[in-house]
Amino acid sequence: MSEIKQTFNSSLGKKLIMALTGLFLCTFIIVHVGGNLLLFSNDNGFGFNVYANFLTHFPPIEVIAYILYLSIVVHALYALIITLKNRKARPVGYAVTSKSDATWSSKNMGLLGSILLLFIVIHMSDFWFRYHNDKTMGFKEYRTDLGTGKTTESTYTPPVADFSHSVSTENNVEIVRVKDLHARVVYSFSQLWYVIFYVIAMGALSFHLLHGFQSAFRTLGWVHRKYTPIVYAVGTWFFAVIIPFLFALMPVWYYYQNVIK
Amino acid sequence: MYLILDTNYLIQNLKEMSNGNMNLTLKVWRQKNAQTSGKFVSYKAENISPDMSFLEMLDVVNEGLTHKGDEPINFDHDCREGICGMCSLYINGHPHGPKRGVTTCQLHMRTFHDGETITIEPWRASAFPVVKDLAVDRSAFDRIQQAGGYVSVNTGVTTDGNALLIPKVIADEAFNSATCIGCGACVAACKNASAMLFVSAKITQLGLLPQGQPERYSRVQSMVAQMDEEGFGSCTNTGACEAECPKEIKLTNIARMNNDFLSAKLFREEEIHEAKH
Repeated sequence: MSEIKQTFNSSLGKKLIMALTGLFLCTFIIVHVGGNLLLFSNDNGFGFNVYANFLTHFPPIEVIAYILYLSIVVHALYALIITLKNRKARPVGYAVTSKSDATWSSKNMGLLGSILLLFIVIHMSDFWFRYHNDKTMGFKEYRTDLGTGKTTESTYTPPVADFSHSVSTENNVEIVRVKDLHARVVYSFSQLWYVIFYVIAMGALSFHLLHGFQSAFRTLGWVHRKYTPIVYAVGTWFFAVIIPFLFALMPVWYYYQNVIK
Repeated sequence: MYLILDTNYLIQNLKEMSNGNMNLTLKVWRQKNAQTSGKFVSYKAENISPDMSFLEMLDVVNEGLTHKGDEPINFDHDCREGICGMCSLYINGHPHGPKRGVTTCQLHMRTFHDGETITIEPWRASAFPVVKDLAVDRSAFDRIQQAGGYVSVNTGVTTDGNALLIPKVIADEAFNSATCIGCGACVAACKNASAMLFVSAKITQLGLLPQGQPERYSRVQSMVAQMDEEGFGSCTNTGACEAECPKEIKLTNIARMNNDFLSAKLFREEEIHEAKH
């Protein structure tokens, strides 16, 4: 046991934990952005609300969710521990610092990470916490005519207090009743400061992953002339451009649709 | 036409030879010893030839200080040809000055211009305490080396060199890493004062060659443990060390060290069994 402790307490072991939790969070945001693309489907939140219900009621995903929360906490905590140790390694700084080859993002991972942590706290308290605990959150009823495929929606008032969701079919009409998280999305993304904060946070995500994704591979010792260029390309284009862009587009799109238009 | 051009060139050259000496202002970190706090002191460096090395310029300044009865500026130096790793100096925000791939002793004053103010600081790291002025104690590197940066060789007859086959690319990689002179510029350049470029160069140099194989995985563990013990920071993979290294040691070495370390801790045969040593 002490050897395990010694391994993960070493400078390389701590970085290994950062790399592994970081890469796990990278895989999570792929799923997250994929699912949230449902926000762009013009269906009054039908797809999105069913998806949100699925995520919170499918046991394997609930288990992974707890690993995810733990990863965020460990990633942030270890970042803090490593940063404090790094600060201690240079108690007196230089009077003159010059422009170096090191990228801006690589030198500001702590700042970028702090912005992201603040974002995660606000984001989760607004959506995750409310979805789980807000008793005032409304319900929607979606009636889909299985013959024509047409869906109509209406608000639904549950008969019992602890109602979560229901799916039933009556007279060739599928009735889905779920919590209306989509309404919260519409509300949140109609506030300008909120939209701006989300866009800034996604900018931070972009720069954080621009360095973080490829750096994790270096920390794991996976550097190779064959696959390192692929790691760089994926880290840059997929994780630092496409994913933050899609995420940032969501609040901007909703603000445009519901406020400007 | 050619004659005119040549004459101009000659005149230019003559001017530089007679007149090209520089006057500089130095802002130098002065610190009596590790216990006292230091401060910057400005000095004039006058009539400095652009052909002097940076250390020769400091020698001239020190001679002036000695004549005036002042304490000369203390700095580390030895071979003055870029191979011993003794010289240091953080010059205008760069370890070993602004030029790439050279040590301070190989840095010529023509890199600077007349009238320039040059700030000279010691390496800054808690593991490298200031001894005096610009000289720092780099014995932390010696202790890391002593922890495992060697190959244990049994006595006996010399084996035939050709009997040990080493691929060219491996030999080159090991040799490139072996050019590390242990000056500590990587620590000085790193925002975390991390020694990982140095340690990984030593690990690579020995770990890639057949002679270094038997101790490869115990070496990486003991050297990393000593590195942590000395209080160096962690690696953020910014690559500042690689850019400032006078011997242009590659960042790839750090990845190799990480790989060897994880491999040693988790997968190596030597570590699977209960320790018998």
